Amino acid sequence: MSRIEYLARRAALAVFVLLGVLLLTFIVSRVIPGDPARLYLGSRARAEAIQQVREEFGLNDPLPQQFLRYVGSTLSGDLGYSFRTKRPIVEDLRTRLPATMELVLVSTVLAVTIGVPLGVLSASQAGKAFDQFSRIITIAGVSIPSFWLALLLQLLFFMTLDWLPLGGRLSRDILLTDPFTQVTGFFLIDAALAGNWEAWRDALWHIIMPAAVLATYPISLSVRMTRASMLEVLSETYITAARASGLSEIEILFKLALKNAIVPTLTVLGLVFAFSITGAVLVEIIFSWPGMGSYMLNAILSDDVYVLFAVTLIVTIVYIIVNLLVDFVQAALDPRIRMGGGSEA
Amino acid sequence: MTPIGLRERVLGRWRWMAAEPGSASWYFKRDRLAVFSLIVLAILIMMAVLAPLITPYPEQGRGSPSIMDKLKPPSLEHPMGTDPLGRDLFARVLFGARTALIAGFSIQLISVLLGTALGAIAGYFGGIVDETIMRVTDVFLAFPPLLLAMTIAAVLKPSLVNSVIAISITWWPWYARIARAQAVSVRERDYVRAAVGIGVGDRMIIIRHILPNLMTPILIQATLDLGAAILTVSALSFVGLGVPPPTADWGAMISEGRIYIQNGRWWVPTFPGLALFITIMASNLLGDGIQVVANPQLRRGSQ
Amino acid sequence: MSPASAQPLLAIDDLHISFPTPRGELRAVRGISFQVEPGEIFGIVGESGCGKTVTGRSILGLVPQPGRISGGRIMFQGSDLTAMSQAELRHLRGNRIAMIFQDPSAALNPLFTIGQQLLGIMKRHDPGKRAGHLDAAVSLLADLGLPQPESLLDSYPHQLSGGMQQRAMIAMALAAEPDLIVADEPTTALDVTIQAQILDLLVALKEKRGVTIVFITHDLGVVAETCDHVAVFYLGQIVEQGTAREIFKAPRHPYTQGLLAALPSPDAGQDALKVIPGSVGDMVGDGVGCAFAPRCEFRMPHCDRQTPTLMPLGGQQQAACFLYDEIGEGT
Repeated sequence: MSRIEYLARRAALAVFVLLGVLLLTFIVSRVIPGDPARLYLGSRARAEAIQQVREEFGLNDPLPQQFLRYVGSTLSGDLGYSFRTKRPIVEDLRTRLPATMELVLVSTVLAVTIGVPLGVLSASQAGKAFDQFSRIITIAGVSIPSFWLALLLQLLFFMTLDWLPLGGRLSRDILLTDPFTQVTGFFLIDAALAGNWEAWRDALWHIIMPAAVLATYPISLSVRMTRASMLEVLSETYITAARASGLSEIEILFKLALKNAIVPTLTVLGLVFAFSITGAVLVEIIFSWPGMGSYMLNAILSDDVYVLFAVTLIVTIVYIIVNLLVDFVQAALDPRIRMGGGSEA
Repeated sequence: MTPIGLRERVLGRWRWMAAEPGSASWYFKRDRLAVFSLIVLAILIMMAVLAPLITPYPEQGRGSPSIMDKLKPPSLEHPMGTDPLGRDLFARVLFGARTALIAGFSIQLISVLLGTALGAIAGYFGGIVDETIMRVTDVFLAFPPLLLAMTIAAVLKPSLVNSVIAISITWWPWYARIARAQAVSVRERDYVRAAVGIGVGDRMIIIRHILPNLMTPILIQATLDLGAAILTVSALSFVGLGVPPPTADWGAMISEGRIYIQNGRWWVPTFPGLALFITIMASNLLGDGIQVVANPQLRRGSQ
Repeated sequence: MSPASAQPLLAIDDLHISFPTPRGELRAVRGISFQVEPGEIFGIVGESGCGKTVTGRSILGLVPQPGRISGGRIMFQGSDLTAMSQAELRHLRGNRIAMIFQDPSAALNPLFTIGQQLLGIMKRHDPGKRAGHLDAAVSLLADLGLPQPESLLDSYPHQLSGGMQQRAMIAMALAAEPDLIVADEPTTALDVTIQAQILDLLVALKEKRGVTIVFITHDLGVVAETCDHVAVFYLGQIVEQGTAREIFKAPRHPYTQGLLAALPSPDAGQDALKVIPGSVGDMVGDGVGCAFAPRCEFRMPHCDRQTPTLMPLGGQQQAACFLYDEIGEGT
């Protein structure tokens, strides 16, 4: 029951944080700029247009009233209009969110399936050659700017070797001659569902480079964090006690220590997700991936600032939910989690 | 007696070179990568400071175009080639180092000052003050950092100062958390309680007892984060929300070079990116080395 | 079982253990020999850092990294542990030697229930039906004075009190029916009243089940209550050993005398001992001379030049001190 209380508190905190996030974006978008209407229309707008926007959006009302309306409309899924596309931002995001999520998902899966085992291996070899090598590689992995790595890969695999496409999600001829219905918005899944294997192969070919670039940071991060929590667990007395009761090193590593280390390592999952999704913004720009990152870049180029707020808000909400899920999974795995816990900061 | 005094003074100054085995600086020196990265960073800073003396084209480094020489491949005269406006890329990269380092250090300075002050206050006073400050940090930490910085930078006008401000706003809560945790534990120590008992004022206690105890963990974290700060600044520039032209900036230079690689002008984005990568890698290796030294638990794995 | 005189269960012969450190080789254990008879409680007493824990670990082949056994033999039931492969050692650890740790809250894995941990050991020791193990586990826990053993099996360690955790830990040590248990400060982390209960339990185990225990502690008072034989450790060497009765009646080594004199008021005694110089740093290097000499009130000139060895003093008692050199020659 204390665990339920703990989770209830985490959920309440998440709701509180969500309100705080709304307040902060409200302040940054409506209060700091002085005249939000001018910000909305861009610096070249005419006076009448600005006046019209002020009326339309109720920008002459008192701020608290504006804030309540902002919270209400955001929570009901209304993120406003894009000045550039002249469409509701939610509509634009509907096609772009799955594109980004497909990239992020592949990257997160890679981070977990490659990063965690390598971290375990690194910890078990602590100080030896493999560990030293993995230290250099993973520090390089968290240091290399994704947008530069992307260019290098394009130079190598497109310009020089011509093995992989330069960018995009699908080849144009596939789109024209062999389209498939979009159910989930994840091309790898949709093409498979449609049984269109040529398109599936094409989608896979297109996702390899962006996913590899995007996963570089998360993989390195999860190797390092898994290694750190494994080292901590391996120095615990209960591991020595397990050795004293005759367990083999392999059993200790993968049956005991990994279970103990997976709880702190799960925090990585939330971080990996956050880094993947922000990294996606940069990676998408280079690979012309039609997701939220490209959408944001277009918005920046055309002074369409409210699109940035909408995307930031959406991503942050997803991020809060992911972190809450991580809390729940951790609570399920660790019997010690108690009410009032989690204030380790 | 003067020679002995002199010798002692010299030896005293270099004592850390002969660090006591097992001491922190001894461990640091054994981490050859960290020492190497410290040297690399020192050279980078020197090159940034002396940029106008190193390159024969300081004006081009500051932004003056030289259209006749545009997009020349690397040669003896232009070791990194020239950019689309004909400027010597090596000069641009040198001047870009100034932007990156100034921005990186400024972000760390602002965030550390702000975060430490708020964290120390929260941790020391506790109660409602603590609750308020920490819930505010929760809100800031809920944003993926680059995105919040991007939106703030978009609302402000693109400039070096504004991108530093935008990133610092998203950066300080991390330091506030560390400072608070530390302040909470220091507050409970006997000598702080004794000071409270004899009526020393809050401000005095924070300055005398709390802040000195915060410096080590905060400085370690600041070193660890320097690379990330530089990376974030260049990411902002890359999407066009950073330093406006003609000031040299690595992120902007990579962005600019993007369209030229398809014409085979690979050098335009490659060299600024390499400089960026080396800078971030050196900061991260240094941070990693310092962290291992400061946290004996991690030493086991570092040798 | 073989009679006590036939063959010792455990015979340690000139054991050396050292750790590489930045400042040179740290010789944590330097030439230790003792024998443990079946069915007895053998006490190892000493301050922290005297090498008693490392010695205890070495009996399970678990010298902490990066330490290593640099000399000597550990004979267990007639075979040398130091010559065994990891697989052989692992078999021994699972089945014939077990260990009880100082802090049960740290030694029990927090993410597994008592039942999972206990039954895991039983299954490895004797792969059979789970139901059989379950009954055995329940009766073992009940034997150790744990109330409601069935529900205990489903509890996580953090849900138990310190005393119950240590009893559960002891149950795990007993689960594989080992011939030898190494107990490293099994009561130090517990309340005084619980301490007494656990000590009684260990003595009862010896008497009822014939378990042999190597009992490691810093507390001479605890030794007096529980042990049959005692070895007093100082800086990686044994300075005195004998039966518990002999040593408490007539301690011969100045260090043992100091420890005993400190007993009546444990708090003051502890503090006084900690102040005396003689830290781990002294364990680096060759260490010519008596290790205790710097703290010894009977220090003689040759104490710094020669290293005393254990000398027989009648009965089973031995002490490594030049004070008894002449006495030994005289008789």
